[in-house]
Amino acid sequence: MQKLGMGQAVNQALREEMVRDPGVFIAGEGVGVSIHDSPMLPTHGLLAEFGPKRVKDTPVSEAAIAGLAVGAAEAGLRPVIEIMFNPFFTLASDMIVNHAAKLRYLSGGKSSFPLVVRMKSGAGFGAGCQHSHNLEAWVAHCPGLKVVMPSTPADAKGLLKSAIRDPNPVVFIEDMMLYFAPGPVPEGEYLIPIGKADVKRPGRDVTVVTWSKMLGVALGAAGKLAAEGIEAEVVDLRTLSPLDTETILASVRKTGRLVVLHEASRTGGFAGEVAAVVMEQAFESLKAPLRRVTGPDIPVPASPPLERFYIPDEGQLIAAVKDIV
Amino acid sequence: MPASKEKKLEMLRSMLLARKFEEELTELCKIKNKIPGMMILCTGQEAVGAGVCAALEADDVIITNHRSHSHLLAKGADPKLLMAEIFCKRTGCNKGKSGTLHLAVPEVNAPCTTTVVGGGPPIAVGRAFAQQYRGEKRVTVCFIGDGAANEGSVHEAMNLASVWRLPVVFVCENNVYAGAQRYEEHTRAANIADRAAGYGMPGVVVDGNDAAAVYDSVREARERALAGEGPTLIEYKTYRWRGHGENDMQLYQPKDEIARWQAACPIPRLRADMLAEGLVTADEVRTMEAQAESVVLEAIRFAEDSPYPEPHEALEDVFA
Repeated sequence: MQKLGMGQAVNQALREEMVRDPGVFIAGEGVGVSIHDSPMLPTHGLLAEFGPKRVKDTPVSEAAIAGLAVGAAEAGLRPVIEIMFNPFFTLASDMIVNHAAKLRYLSGGKSSFPLVVRMKSGAGFGAGCQHSHNLEAWVAHCPGLKVVMPSTPADAKGLLKSAIRDPNPVVFIEDMMLYFAPGPVPEGEYLIPIGKADVKRPGRDVTVVTWSKMLGVALGAAGKLAAEGIEAEVVDLRTLSPLDTETILASVRKTGRLVVLHEASRTGGFAGEVAAVVMEQAFESLKAPLRRVTGPDIPVPASPPLERFYIPDEGQLIAAVKDIV
Repeated sequence: MPASKEKKLEMLRSMLLARKFEEELTELCKIKNKIPGMMILCTGQEAVGAGVCAALEADDVIITNHRSHSHLLAKGADPKLLMAEIFCKRTGCNKGKSGTLHLAVPEVNAPCTTTVVGGGPPIAVGRAFAQQYRGEKRVTVCFIGDGAANEGSVHEAMNLASVWRLPVVFVCENNVYAGAQRYEEHTRAANIADRAAGYGMPGVVVDGNDAAAVYDSVREARERALAGEGPTLIEYKTYRWRGHGENDMQLYQPKDEIARWQAACPIPRLRADMLAEGLVTADEVRTMEAQAESVVLEAIRFAEDSPYPEPHEALEDVFA
């Protein structure tokens, strides 16, 4: 099986979908000619292959990029736009939150908006809080948006292909650190459905719900816990909205314990939503209070030791698990 | 090419319809609980919607804003379905989901009324991009007001439209007020259209109460867009007779100023020109007025007789 970084897997998905459907185009800052060009990055080589009509380098203009997607999608094209870093979502947010997410509803179901907003996210590259700020809970809070946040290259490819074919707006969040962590990716055509979580490691003692880059932390911790006789079941949400509550609840009903792990800061983070679902629907299965392991309620700092302090690690997860097992 | 007799008749008919439509809404708003929510009217500005849409073909697209009634009627939206939506009834063009403020009529290529001030231009850019991408000989018109001109999204959209030579016509209805702020209080430039130079596109100032001049200016901008020369910004100087909304007391609008603009009403102006040119007779005008009235009263009857949506219908139409 081929081994690819997540950026390369995204690249394959974009290439395959552009070949399949002439209505698919990509747009964003540096999606064609980039200051960061590397074969590991998602849009590498697409300009050469598909030309400037379908690979649109835009001005530094997030509201216009997002509006481009809304208008083009309403006309029946399949835009895939890139917001260079997750915090810049604020500049695009009116088009995505007030328009992409709401215009179908406002039309009474007459119009649809089949667009994908790819955003690069995640701390770990020392750029500080205006380039690193995971805002998935914001977008997951908006009715009318689907939110996908893959943890492996293989998932990223299959999920992005599904996102491009979805008739609704999909926010697709890629953690940049995963671009440089190669993993196996099946050859050829496959789709992974949006809205389905994936049990990445089965276990009987505690459920760890996580997504995106934190999957690596969860699996690392689960390996160490197993050496001490604690079997953690790791549930990778893959999609935050619509949320696969069945998989979460089935796991918690089996293990009786829950830890939710995410990189984003704590207050108002998506762990709260997962916790509420479990409390409402599986309270009687819980043998112990649930725990959250998250980034602290601070902006992501730049200095390496401070940034490492920010990002949740295996030690914190292991401590949280041991606290309730 | 100046407006033909048929186009002038179309504009007059359209203005009479929009005026009657909104005069009735003014009265309906005085009845408690008759119409839910806000009511934002374009009374006095009808020449812009009528002139712009008369200059467009059916497949051209408009993206409009909160003051949309005359735009949508001129584009050919069904008055009954609009009125029912304004009444928030299930038979409305958007099943009661949009109300008066977000009327979406994709069947006449008016897919988006956005009340986020400045929300329209980026979407118009996308719609025009699709026209260019597919090689269609179509344009997209985006209606904004003078207030929207100070939103950052408008700047971004105009720049991108110009850089990519997109077939957009940006229509700015300068009706002197943005909320309670007079133009001079929110903008230092003499004209919004002066900003066009900064985007490398033509900026044109036109009398917004002169329907024929509005028509001519859009025909020219449309030709330019279809020739691949990109967008145009047209500013129409006009005036908002009513308040921002119907619950606005207009304490900041001088009464004599309103009276002056009412004396410059675009409807008698076009009518007088057409009578003088022999394009229409007084009898024919009276017939057109009676037709407009009958269409509006029928629309109101339809809306009043229609049911509200069932509560559970609120859950429908979020996702495709």
